[in-house]
Amino acid sequence: MAVVNTSTQGAHAHEVHDEHHDNFITKYIFTTDHKMIGKQFLVTGIFWALIGGFLSILFRLQLGFPEMDMSFLRPLLGGWIDETGSLDQNFYLALVTMHGTIMVFFVLTAGLSGTFSNYLIPLQIGARDMASGFMNMLSYWFFFLSGVIMFSSLFLATGPAGGGWVIYPPLSALEQAIPGSGMGMTLWLIAMVFFIASTLMGGINYITTVINLRTKGMTFARLPLTIWSFFLTAVIGLLSFPVLFAAALLLVFDRSFGTSFYLADIYIGGEALPHTGGSPVLFQHLFWFLGHPEVYIVLLPALGITSEVIATNSRKPIFGYKAMIISMLGITILSFVVWAHHMFVSGMNPFLGSIFMFLTLIIAVPSAVKVFNYLTTLWRGNLIFTPAMLFAIGLVSFFISGGLTGIFLGNSAIDIQLHDTYFVVAHFHLVMGSASFFGLMCGVYHWFPKMFGRMMDNKLGYVHFWLTFVGVYLVFFPMHYIGIAGFPRRYYSWTNFDFASGYADLNMFVSVAAIITFTGQFIFLFNFFYSMYKGRVAPLNPWRSNTLEWTTPLHPGHGNWPGEIPAVYRWPYDYSKPGSKEDFIPQTVPLSSTPESNLPHEEEMVSLEKAIMAEEGQVLVANEAK
Amino acid sequence: MYGFLIALGLLLLVSIIWMVYRLQTLVSVMKESEKSKTQATIKNSGSNKVNAVLFLVFLLAAGFLFFWYSFKEFDNYQLPIASEHGAVTDNLFWITTAVTGVIFILTHILLFWFSYRYQYQEDKRAAYYPDNNKLEIIWTLVPALVLTVLVISGWRAWKDITAPAPENAHVVEILGYQFAWEARYAGKDNQLGAFDYRLINATNSRGIDFTDANSLDDFEANKIVIPVGEPVLFKIRARDVLHSVFAPHMRLKMDAVPGMPTRFWFVPTKTTAEMRDETGNPEFEYEIACTEVCGRGHFSMKKIIEVVSPAEYQKWFAEQTPFIVQNPDLIADLPADLKEVAEIIIKENK
Repeated sequence: MAVVNTSTQGAHAHEVHDEHHDNFITKYIFTTDHKMIGKQFLVTGIFWALIGGFLSILFRLQLGFPEMDMSFLRPLLGGWIDETGSLDQNFYLALVTMHGTIMVFFVLTAGLSGTFSNYLIPLQIGARDMASGFMNMLSYWFFFLSGVIMFSSLFLATGPAGGGWVIYPPLSALEQAIPGSGMGMTLWLIAMVFFIASTLMGGINYITTVINLRTKGMTFARLPLTIWSFFLTAVIGLLSFPVLFAAALLLVFDRSFGTSFYLADIYIGGEALPHTGGSPVLFQHLFWFLGHPEVYIVLLPALGITSEVIATNSRKPIFGYKAMIISMLGITILSFVVWAHHMFVSGMNPFLGSIFMFLTLIIAVPSAVKVFNYLTTLWRGNLIFTPAMLFAIGLVSFFISGGLTGIFLGNSAIDIQLHDTYFVVAHFHLVMGSASFFGLMCGVYHWFPKMFGRMMDNKLGYVHFWLTFVGVYLVFFPMHYIGIAGFPRRYYSWTNFDFASGYADLNMFVSVAAIITFTGQFIFLFNFFYSMYKGRVAPLNPWRSNTLEWTTPLHPGHGNWPGEIPAVYRWPYDYSKPGSKEDFIPQTVPLSSTPESNLPHEEEMVSLEKAIMAEEGQVLVANEAK
Repeated sequence: MYGFLIALGLLLLVSIIWMVYRLQTLVSVMKESEKSKTQATIKNSGSNKVNAVLFLVFLLAAGFLFFWYSFKEFDNYQLPIASEHGAVTDNLFWITTAVTGVIFILTHILLFWFSYRYQYQEDKRAAYYPDNNKLEIIWTLVPALVLTVLVISGWRAWKDITAPAPENAHVVEILGYQFAWEARYAGKDNQLGAFDYRLINATNSRGIDFTDANSLDDFEANKIVIPVGEPVLFKIRARDVLHSVFAPHMRLKMDAVPGMPTRFWFVPTKTTAEMRDETGNPEFEYEIACTEVCGRGHFSMKKIIEVVSPAEYQKWFAEQTPFIVQNPDLIADLPADLKEVAEIIIKENK
């Protein structure tokens, strides 16, 4: 095994020398270098986050200040602000829909997984690049195309899709029902087809790369938890996105070719439609078969990043490495059997509801294990609060707060009242939205020095963190109260109902907090782009971390390591090991060179390690001779 | 409102000024030295301590706000319960709140306390503590056990709520369409007549099939009137897109699905009049809202439920006139034998 590896790596090393002829287009645009593709995903993700965040500010203005004269937005929104200065009701729904779509898919799936899976997998497992650089490039450009299509739908006269990000038919199938279900929905579906293709190409690459291209000594039991999380995320995506594709395809058929998969017995616009025999609930099943795993597609990479950052900055091994992997595996499997908890009151058989309630609450167990492991990792650590570390701790807090409310919603009896109220909005924005967003930020702050060779400003990072952390809680925590009071989601205003006539003050508060939090993100933007060019030059291993990416040069070329790919001799979490002088031992340090800190079972492996190294030396000599 | 906006403006201003300031210092530092600011410099700088203290401050401040607001606002966010199963589900809700609340507070105390307590200290070294299987097993089993208890109690409630409605339940059909609800009562036979969406037209907005004898005594109502203390079965359907019947005080919610009738039965426990006394609001009405996005008017699909005493209900029920009485044209095309029955009903009601 070792023999084969060495020779192929030698061959790769030679190729690297031919890589210096990149022109602008092959280096920055149609690049096959996983690092550049990762950065492309990141910058595109940031662009979409700004759009998605801005849309939410628009509808928060409506919800917080229903009487407000929005005429000042007319230069931007044109006809969507009517003569009296109020927001168009259809456009309000379009805003909500696009906010959800953009955030879930373009920011937290592509922006998070796309960025860090691409960037970190080859660097952390010790590979020259992804298994297929070309497919990786296609993955980004399909995503880009998808984004262009989705973006253009914002400018349609009939507006973008407006039936909610879950696009339940018949609303999404019938143009008579809402204008957004015309061209806007068509573009939404086309964009998602490209998006799914992009995700699948990315996912196949991530999986193949992790399985096949690990460097010498990098067993699965020595993979950093980041890689485990990216790997499992890709597996989930690969199994669930095709189902969304199928659901979307059938919807296209219903919309354009007169089939009746989801449509039945509809009388609208003064006529009875010919569709019979379809079931809108079928769509919900198909949609949530992706939709629920999607939550974990968004969350797992964030948890992986957090594990790495917390261990590094606690100067402590992550507690329960194996338990972390097992719980991620558990989440991966269980994520496929809980989807119908989104549908307790959809009219499906209540017996099915009981089954899904049991399965749903089981998935809380591995999540709880992860939280306890994070807490124990912090315990008796020596915590260094880099901005990344702050965001990691923030993530754990959101994961707890949002995760616990999931126990309410997963209980079908309690869900009857809470379903589709602001309680749900609060729940998923904390556990999936904000937690994953914090994972993204945590990753950017942590790996920025590797990505751009420069440091971000810490003080600005601190201000960004505290503003965002407090801001997120001020935005989403009050929504629990609003939700318990029964305020339904996706309401343009609540004044029609007596039971929902209160809490104008709280809604105003939430809106103001949202605006401030959104504005605070510009501190990050400034820090990000300014530091990219003007930041202080980073040292090779600024966080004194163990993983392989910090053994590359400051600006790694295409191929990552100039010479041989380093071999790996230990797990990535040897922080503050007793006996060792430094408080970290990188993965590339052989056990045989650290007799002072080896544990008994590691001491046994030293002789094996020495034998392998000797064998390798012979092969190297033999290769030289040839 | 303006106070908020002014505060917002001020905050923006301050942050912009602060950013300009940082920009300047950044530039000057760039010129001075290339000394890298890394983990080594962070851990010895004052920032590490400040961040550690801020976590503790956040814990205390947020914890205080959470308790203060939760208790102060209790009566505002806790809607009065007006159905039998509502008392059960609310009870489950508060049990879950208690259990998760304890975990919420404990884990957050640990998270922020550890962050403060174990902040970097020059002379300390982190403990090398990579795993402990006993601990892992404990915190797998304990949550599993707690969740099992919660699930089983939830499941028992769910089983009862979704069980078939009692035979004597008063049947009311609720039809959702863009953007309102229509109610239909089953009439004296307590049997709703059949319907077909293809029969819908201007005079028959529900598509009722009047060739079905059961539909002859069916009547409509602007308000949904139901008797207190007796089971009521809502038969729910939709005419165009998905809707969802949500009666917050009844703790009732069920989607209205085109092509797939759904149902929800319950027992109201308080009349509208009793609720007016309880809430001190003489205008109080039970409301139905829509909770499945259905188009531009989604936020305005309101229907009033009036809960009355059984005697009042019987009186009200007897006063209602069937569709065919209100619009005799509906029976114009009926076969002769049914038409005879229909005409008798019309006569009776005159």
